Amino acid sequence: MVPAIQIEQVSKSYGALRALDEVSLTIERGEFFGLLGPNGAGKTTLINILAGLVRASRGSTRVMGHDVVSQYREARRALGVVPQELVFDPFFTVREALTFQSGYFGLRDNRDWIEEVMHYLDLTVRAETNMRALSGGMKRRVLVAQALVHKPPVIVLDEPTAGVDVELRQALWQFIRRLNRDGHTIVLTTHYLEEAEALCGRIAMLKQGRMVALDTTQNLLRRHLGCYLELRLAPDRLPETLAPLVAQRRVDGYRLALRDYVEVERVIAELRANNIEIQELEVMHPDLEEIFVQIMRDEDRRETIDERGNRTVVREGGHERY
Amino acid sequence: MSGPPVYEPLWGFYTLFQKEWLRFWKVSVQTILAPVLTALLFLLVFAYSLRGRVEIFPGVDYAAFLVPGLAMMSVLQNAFANSSSSLMQSKMTGNIIFVLLPPFSYQEFFAAYLLAAVARGLVVGAGVFLATAGFVQLRFEHPLWALAFALASSGVLGVLGIIAGIYSDKVDELSAFQNFIILPLTFLSGVFYSIHSLPPVWQWLSHFNPIFYMVDGFRYGFFGQSDISPGLSLAIVSSSFFALSFFTLWLLRSGYKLRS
Repeated sequence: MVPAIQIEQVSKSYGALRALDEVSLTIERGEFFGLLGPNGAGKTTLINILAGLVRASRGSTRVMGHDVVSQYREARRALGVVPQELVFDPFFTVREALTFQSGYFGLRDNRDWIEEVMHYLDLTVRAETNMRALSGGMKRRVLVAQALVHKPPVIVLDEPTAGVDVELRQALWQFIRRLNRDGHTIVLTTHYLEEAEALCGRIAMLKQGRMVALDTTQNLLRRHLGCYLELRLAPDRLPETLAPLVAQRRVDGYRLALRDYVEVERVIAELRANNIEIQELEVMHPDLEEIFVQIMRDEDRRETIDERGNRTVVREGGHERY
Repeated sequence: MSGPPVYEPLWGFYTLFQKEWLRFWKVSVQTILAPVLTALLFLLVFAYSLRGRVEIFPGVDYAAFLVPGLAMMSVLQNAFANSSSSLMQSKMTGNIIFVLLPPFSYQEFFAAYLLAAVARGLVVGAGVFLATAGFVQLRFEHPLWALAFALASSGVLGVLGIIAGIYSDKVDELSAFQNFIILPLTFLSGVFYSIHSLPPVWQWLSHFNPIFYMVDGFRYGFFGQSDISPGLSLAIVSSSFFALSFFTLWLLRSGYKLRS
């Protein structure tokens, strides 16, 4: 089956700036895929290339098997994009905006589907309101609706819940999950790692235009650390021997990073040997945020090693393994 | 979601045209009434001060001479303004994304913006004629020539507007284009005077102003008189239109500035 998205050795330069550097990625149909990375990593550039808003300097990109430049018509029909910024046309009402969007895609009579989408996104009550008069949250819902009017099999959302209140975030998550269950391929970029962890089956991490991680969420979570140990001690000090394990010094305690659950016992033994009472102890699983920070830090380290020569990155075992 | 979508050919183009049409029609006070009023004011001021004292074409009242030129000037300025401001504003607000994501061909994109610009130009031109009808007696010696010039000329300015809209990144740049190029060229094209009344150097320079041919040819349609043969003028205007259109289509295909 033709993959939903195929990105092959895509690079994009703006003069001297390398926004994307030989990124390759395949997203299968029906996946819920996350694209993570710090600001300036190239996530939006990659999405823009997918959508045909930006032309890659090198490499090829396909949506549902159609090249985004030479077969732009089929590629664009297959893709729905929810942009990051709350853009809108101030001349139109919600219904008009959706009707025009349908028309642009060549859909003459899309009224029923438009009503359905508005209903799912709770927009019906504001259907005749001018876009200008809507709150930020509603504008965002209209953007999602606009991406869906032509029923694309692949939907890309660029930071869909940025700056959104908790209620709307939950509603959007539910809605996007439902789209995925209905068979749509979803690609999500986000800064909220909690969101990526909750929604995405597979994740790619970008840093400064390069892909530095690509794996299922589960594997990523299992990869780096054993666990964390949150401790509150009396007296509030840690024996020297345990100092290397400290990940964070809290106001009233410590957070230790342990490679293995087995080490929990060693910590407790050390504390007892030093007559330190454990007032509170919590074992925590690493979340995606920690993995992310760890991976980004590792990347930094690998780069510094090579800075004397060319800006290359030492890869652990060839291009496939991260 | 229910059944797969059914795409109608050219409906995308038609929708884009419709949107561009509505864009100026919804604010018609600003986009149509205001330019008509401006033209009317020019007529009143100039006719009042020069009527009876100046006769450019024999047997033609100065005010009557002025009207077609004023109409054409309005047509040109508004055709340019429509496409340029639409693209510029879309880029600035970011909502250009809505017309870049859909699958129209660059030809459809071009045609929609061009036709809407021509439409606005012609509507304003018609408005000028309607508004001035009570003040002057106009002749229509060669109405088909007049129509041909109106179409070709508004086409040229519509295309120029697309180029300006694509190129400009800031409102300043577009204003500069409008105020330092379009406006002087339209004012100094023989709308208010015959170029024969200018000193020889300026007469000669006027021949390099493409708008001169547009106004001269358009007036021929009314009075049967012109400085340049209408056939030659129309050839110049039409070839400008085709040359500029090819250039613009090439710009759009290359994704210059819109898909960089």
